[in-house]
Amino acid sequence: MSENRNTLSKQFLQFLPDNAVLTHNEDLHPYECDGLSAYRQVPLVVVIPETIEHIVRIVNICRKTNTPIVCRGAGTSVSGGALPLENGVLLSLAKFNRILNIDPVNRLACVQPGVRNLAISQATQSYGLYYAPDPSSQIACSIGGNVAENAGGVHCLKYGLTVHNILQLKIVTIEGELLTLGGSGLDGPGYDLLALLTGSEGMLGIIVEIVVKLLPVPECASVVLAAFDEIEHAGNAVTEIIASGIIPAGLEMMDRHATRAAEEYVHAGYPDNAAAILLCELDGIKEEVSAQISQVKDILLKHRAVQTRIAKDEVERQLLWAGRKGAFPAVVRLAPDYYCMDGTIPRRKLAFVLNRISELSEEYQLAIANVFHAGDGNLHPLILYDANKPGELHRSEELGGKILELCLEVGGTITGEHGVGVEKLNQMCVQFDTLELSQFHAIKHAFDPDELLNPGKAVPSLHRCAELGAMHVHEGKLPFPDIERF
Amino acid sequence: MNPIINNDDTVQLQELTQNAYAKKIPLRIFGSDTKSFYGNKIQGHPLCLVNHVGIVDYEPAELVLTARAGTKLREIEALLHSAGQMLAFEPPYFGEEATWGGTVACGFSGPRRPYAGALRDSILGVRMINGKGEQLRFGGKVIKNVAGYDASRLMAGALGTLGILLDISVKVIPRPQLEMTLVLEQTPEEAITYMNTLAGGPVPLSAAAYVDGQVLIRLSGTQAAVQAAAVKISGQEHEPSSSFWQQLKEHSHPFFSTETPLWRLSLLPGSPMLKIPGDWMLDWGGAQRWLKTNEPANLIRDAVQAAGGHATLFRQGELKDQQMKDGENTPVFHPLSKPLASVHEKLKTAFDPEYILNRNQLYT
Ligand SMILES: Cc1cc2nc3c(=O)[nH]c(=O)nc-3n(C[C@H](O)[C@H](O)[C@H](O)COP(=O)(O)OP(=O)(O)OC[C@H]3O[C@@H](n4cnc5c(N)ncnc54)[C@H](O)[C@@H]3O)c2cc1C
Repeated sequence: MSENRNTLSKQFLQFLPDNAVLTHNEDLHPYECDGLSAYRQVPLVVVIPETIEHIVRIVNICRKTNTPIVCRGAGTSVSGGALPLENGVLLSLAKFNRILNIDPVNRLACVQPGVRNLAISQATQSYGLYYAPDPSSQIACSIGGNVAENAGGVHCLKYGLTVHNILQLKIVTIEGELLTLGGSGLDGPGYDLLALLTGSEGMLGIIVEIVVKLLPVPECASVVLAAFDEIEHAGNAVTEIIASGIIPAGLEMMDRHATRAAEEYVHAGYPDNAAAILLCELDGIKEEVSAQISQVKDILLKHRAVQTRIAKDEVERQLLWAGRKGAFPAVVRLAPDYYCMDGTIPRRKLAFVLNRISELSEEYQLAIANVFHAGDGNLHPLILYDANKPGELHRSEELGGKILELCLEVGGTITGEHGVGVEKLNQMCVQFDTLELSQFHAIKHAFDPDELLNPGKAVPSLHRCAELGAMHVHEGKLPFPDIERF
Repeated sequence: MNPIINNDDTVQLQELTQNAYAKKIPLRIFGSDTKSFYGNKIQGHPLCLVNHVGIVDYEPAELVLTARAGTKLREIEALLHSAGQMLAFEPPYFGEEATWGGTVACGFSGPRRPYAGALRDSILGVRMINGKGEQLRFGGKVIKNVAGYDASRLMAGALGTLGILLDISVKVIPRPQLEMTLVLEQTPEEAITYMNTLAGGPVPLSAAAYVDGQVLIRLSGTQAAVQAAAVKISGQEHEPSSSFWQQLKEHSHPFFSTETPLWRLSLLPGSPMLKIPGDWMLDWGGAQRWLKTNEPANLIRDAVQAAGGHATLFRQGELKDQQMKDGENTPVFHPLSKPLASVHEKLKTAFDPEYILNRNQLYT
């Protein structure tokens, strides 16, 4: 192992400075996990390149020595996507942190992958433009990581996910080729590889440059808070707001647990006895927003909101959102560890699923707080546990699995925006059958035949699924018994 | 409105494909053939989708619709219309009988595209048959979904070369309360600046085009929003608002009635006018430009590529291309760089190892 480490690092040091090739244990430890800290692994070597040329050379060395590569942006993934491999190189994009060009006329910015999400909107603000997808982690996460995960955010209901807000990507393939995907306008020639790469979790190529789309900052934004005595009422209000023909800029829900925690943490003025609160934001032209906000308020009251409050100014609006954005850290304070789920369901099943989750919480004797993107049906149940208590981690993982299967049962998906990573591999065996998984592997092989880019993540091996017994086995026989099971 | 017929033809389609795979018979996949003018000319055993029809799922409150590939686009749009909704991407038909599958396979989007997203942006999931005759489901019926590679959006615009689309689920949007179109006399250069300036500000823009010395701007939204914006923008109201956009979208505008080859150029919206002789029409706020010209393909493609874009030979017309040998056709799609072409080939092989699905229609 250490021999391997030495020969590799020697090759990297031929073109990288000393501080860009890390091999000592104390230097490697900060990279041992991403935001899913239950999984940890120290990599063989960490490299921190500064140019595309560096990346090409690193890739060439890794390909020739059959060394796997895991990319890392800011390491905020909550599915273990950036978890290193014991025998692999961890490639950090931290030094790719420059905004290369802002083009206000064409409303786009060309950025390096290590640029933080929020930094883009900050840099373009003076042009009256911004980058719409706003994950809660936006002060920390990188745009490259956003593309790799197809990240979403509070405003994605109206403005779309990462895939809807990027125009072009440059990637380095495992062959060491630099490819441009997408066009300079609104599309590129050939297959839509831009869409395919988005959300591919670092498995198909290394993203080295991104052209993002910028939108004009809305003239005005307004938010209404509503409190409900029953989650069911809040769920129905969400359905009706959408059905009424309004697309809010954001429509977020928090349950009692999360509301209380957020209130104690941020003092946003949330009611402390509500079973659920909704935050509904509308933006656009003044005339439109003021008409729609009263329409929304009527719908909320019709669905028995016990309290509604329209932020009277920007300060109050920011405060109401601060509570929502601080909900994760607030809830996390309540327990030594937490486990964040990410299923998406059809909106009309919200109330049913939330009730079922609270039953599961009781069954497993683990508290669950719910803070989520209600408008697009993307749930984020936070399971609270204590890893030091024997069996709790295992129980919380099992409970998490149950919740995801529940999402599938009602016609949803196991991950809306956090990605599969290492975390949801088993549930992938439930969501997809053997043929579909094989097609995913074939896509992977079209880009990376030797499986050197982030191997073992995102798509489970057929072998794993077979062992799990979750495969759709017909008459006790696997389809295509002649295909190698890896 | 007549009720939409329901018929699931999956079993037959799958059998046909499995047979073709086993015997290596190339297939030509089609619906109503309204868009057969598009793409490289191909040969193959016909595989018709028009009997695979029906709405599989539509819940207006979910903003999601799933329909079988052979369903008529007009039936889908009428259904959405009756619920106060619409497709965000304003698809061109190019013929009354246009089907849902053909629409997605061609991946065309109408004038609303820059402001409401392309066809591929609306796609949530597909059920399809690959070139081995395997039935596969990717994506789903929910707005957010990152489980597995995004194979469903990959199908948009792939011209059936990666799979036979069975059912396609899309996100739909509420129909705006009001639409209004304003017209102004401008030069093309002025129009490019104007369209892009508007797009950079808080205006409820839903289309912007230039033709024959006029720029046309469409506003969509609530009554309040459209009227407030119209006051701020100069220009004559063009009535009815829909007529011009309908003609532009369907190529029934007089600009398109010609035998001259028609090129579609995809460029940065703010790109200056390219110096290629011919007649121009600008759509998508300048990002999609139509060019009628007899100039040779390589001249056009070089100029467009130098500006960072790509050029598609949308309609051949009476093209006489001196660059090509006898019996050869000008490639319809912009040639790809070598490494990019290699990825295309490998991806094609991953879905269709025997190259039986619309062989050569996209790239040869
Ligand atoms: C408190 C908190 C809140 C969050 N809220 C949200 C939210 O609202 N919405 C949401 O979508 N996510 C959210 N996340 C998850 C996370 O922030 C996103 O997934 C984010 O996109 C990850 O970006 P990153 O730079 O940290 O990527 P990393 O964690 O470093 O990497 C993530 C994945 O991307 C790959 N990758 C990174 N960079 C590249 C590259 N240049 N080329 C190829 N592959 C690459 C990695 O290999 C890995 O598989 C949250 C996380 C936390 C901790």
